[in-house]
Amino acid sequence: MSRIGVFVCHCGLNIAKTVQVSELAQFAATLPDVVIAKDYKFMCSTPGQEMIAHDIKEHRLDRVIVAACSPLMHEQTFRKVIENAGLNKYMLTIVNIREQVSWVTHDIEEGTSKAKAVLNGAVYRARLLAPLTSRIIDVCSDVMVIGGGIAGIQAALELANNGKKVYLVEKNSTIGGHMAQFDKTFPTLDCSACILTPKMDAVLQHKNINLMTYCEVTEVKGYVGNFEITVKQKARYVDHSKCNACLACTEKCPGKGVSEWDEGLTKRKAIYIPFPQAVPQKPVIDRDACTYFQKGKCKLCQKVCEQKAIDYEQQDTFVTVQVGAVIVATGYDLMNVQPLVQYGYGRYPGVYHALEVERLFNAAGPTGGKVTLRDGKEPQAIAILHCIGSRDKNHYEHCSRVCCMYSLKFAHLFKEKTSADVYNFYIDIRAAGKGYEEFYNRIIEENVKFIRGKAARVTESDEEAGRLMVEAEDTITGKFVRVAVDMVVLSPAITPRADAKEIARLFNLSMDKQGFFMERHPKLAPVSTMSEGIFIAGVCQSPKDIPDTVAQANGAAAEALTIVVKDKLELEATTAMVNPASCCACQNCVRVCPYGAPFFNEQKGVSEINEALCKGCGLCASVCPASAIIARHFTNDQVLSEIEGVMEY
Amino acid sequence: MSFEPKILGIACNWCTYTGADLAGTTRLQYPQNIRVVRVMCSSRINPSFIFRAFQLGADGVLVGGCHPGDCHYNTGNLYARRRLAVAKKILEFVGMEPGRFRVEWISASEGNKFAEVVTEFTAQIQSLGPQTKFKIQP
Repeated sequence: MSRIGVFVCHCGLNIAKTVQVSELAQFAATLPDVVIAKDYKFMCSTPGQEMIAHDIKEHRLDRVIVAACSPLMHEQTFRKVIENAGLNKYMLTIVNIREQVSWVTHDIEEGTSKAKAVLNGAVYRARLLAPLTSRIIDVCSDVMVIGGGIAGIQAALELANNGKKVYLVEKNSTIGGHMAQFDKTFPTLDCSACILTPKMDAVLQHKNINLMTYCEVTEVKGYVGNFEITVKQKARYVDHSKCNACLACTEKCPGKGVSEWDEGLTKRKAIYIPFPQAVPQKPVIDRDACTYFQKGKCKLCQKVCEQKAIDYEQQDTFVTVQVGAVIVATGYDLMNVQPLVQYGYGRYPGVYHALEVERLFNAAGPTGGKVTLRDGKEPQAIAILHCIGSRDKNHYEHCSRVCCMYSLKFAHLFKEKTSADVYNFYIDIRAAGKGYEEFYNRIIEENVKFIRGKAARVTESDEEAGRLMVEAEDTITGKFVRVAVDMVVLSPAITPRADAKEIARLFNLSMDKQGFFMERHPKLAPVSTMSEGIFIAGVCQSPKDIPDTVAQANGAAAEALTIVVKDKLELEATTAMVNPASCCACQNCVRVCPYGAPFFNEQKGVSEINEALCKGCGLCASVCPASAIIARHFTNDQVLSEIEGVMEY
Repeated sequence: MSFEPKILGIACNWCTYTGADLAGTTRLQYPQNIRVVRVMCSSRINPSFIFRAFQLGADGVLVGGCHPGDCHYNTGNLYARRRLAVAKKILEFVGMEPGRFRVEWISASEGNKFAEVVTEFTAQIQSLGPQTKFKIQP
């Protein structure tokens, strides 16, 4: 005989509106082994928690059922409550009567009867619960940050300044990310490089940061507190331990590659640093552009290198590091706008995308900071087209969030650098942010023209050769407008990285509909993920501006710190175990486990499970033909009796 | 009065259960015939859970897991997929209407898919009528 207490929460009216909570409590009182059943307005409040603790003592309860919101919300809260009241925390059962009952119906009778069914299942299951002992593990105090854009840089510095050793992994040969490509930042018009490069340098100089550029993560093993991550150091063909960054090689190199930093608007050498302030300042060789690698002779870089740092035989190498927590800050791509043929990108030389324009403004860019077209002429009229591919059900439904503001910034810079007429074709102007609305007002005063209407297409002008015609419906006047311009700037949708899926697979992250990484809770756990010890920051989570990215990176660093400041960590006790008396030695469990937790004990002739490696999925218990494996907290008996309970009503 | 079927849902914690929570958070409405039992991974689902549910009078059983390739436990749902395919064959072999058992991959972000699947599955079970083949009469 167990002694169960059932506590039904109203959650204000969230539950009580469509579930008869007092009737549900009365119903619970009639169920087997239930000694007390109560309902209360807010079970998670202090009085609610105190009531549960009090009743545990008063009624000598040995099991507690809380019928309230999803276990993903408050399971930990109520586990603490019953633990403080002297019970084993695994003797708690949460019944989800909010997210999966009261919120998905308008009918109070339907809601109540479904709530009764799931509560009945919980009572059946609770009767079979057993106390479990949590595992205590040692924690590795180092952290890995994936991605060296502003999010990764900020998170790495924050952790390093707190005395933690950080591995900062970046797939390109320099850190800096997209922010390094920008000329100015909205709304303050701060020079992007001026605020970014000191941070890049701080990363390089920091004794606690191990900067791993030109590297990619290839394998992730382990669990929170003890990840074992394998990183591939791609061959640079330059021995960075010998290179003194004189860059004589980059001057002599005859090879030609496409400059990624300039968005393909310029060429770079085959041996190169991506941009003048790159960190580290040491070059790599692009095999595809290198004359030696393609034609078998040249080796000019080797001839001029006094340090003898050039090594054509260099191979990819792999290194495995231990860390306690991981921050994923892998950033974004811009949508490829070429398939949107109506805008003529790739067909008309006068059509640019936003990042290309960032480079045109930049003093270190292809035009030395002058706004000129591909033929060298200055544009007389410029159209900036908002929402290309975003806020568009045919492509990406989401708002890319920063395009309005950078389009306003572009308008300002065009006005500053040219005498051109500037037109913004927009759906809405979204200027929510500190100083953003003020910036918008300033741009209006700068005589920039705003046409409320999404541009429908860009064509070659029939009237004036060489000019482009932008067509749109002005939704304020209701009239169709045609504007002749020389330059068109597309503001494309911000999308997840092309390899986001691969990152998600490595780190066990969920992705939302658009492919951005999902946070554990959209409001209350915005940088945590469903994988313990893995955090996210920056645009890989969803489009956001630099201030929000920096704030989120600090948040992720703080979350990672809460794990790695401790020496020991408590892990869920819900692992699997083998009953040796029933084990038939088939070793199915050994073969299927994704974590290698079960192993065959030759001496005893049975399988055993290494609890430190077990993550508690229960796969082995299902494949065990002898039912010798017990998935703690989700045993066959527990699940089957819950099924029996929910099917009774 | 129309037939109100009893439907058992078994959902993995990380994807389908969280997706079902999202359906609630966004206040999507779907029929209340389903009762969801949570397991950590769809691979935990032993076919006996499904057979037992039918014995206990379930008119339909819906299993939800992460999309293949997105399993929280890397490969768990791949085993679940194969095992549940066999379970479906066994059910068909013993004469159960195939439409009474369904496996769906519903991610944590697919609240609307959860609501759609449940709505559609409930209607399907309603048209099949009460399940009597396996039900143990009291």
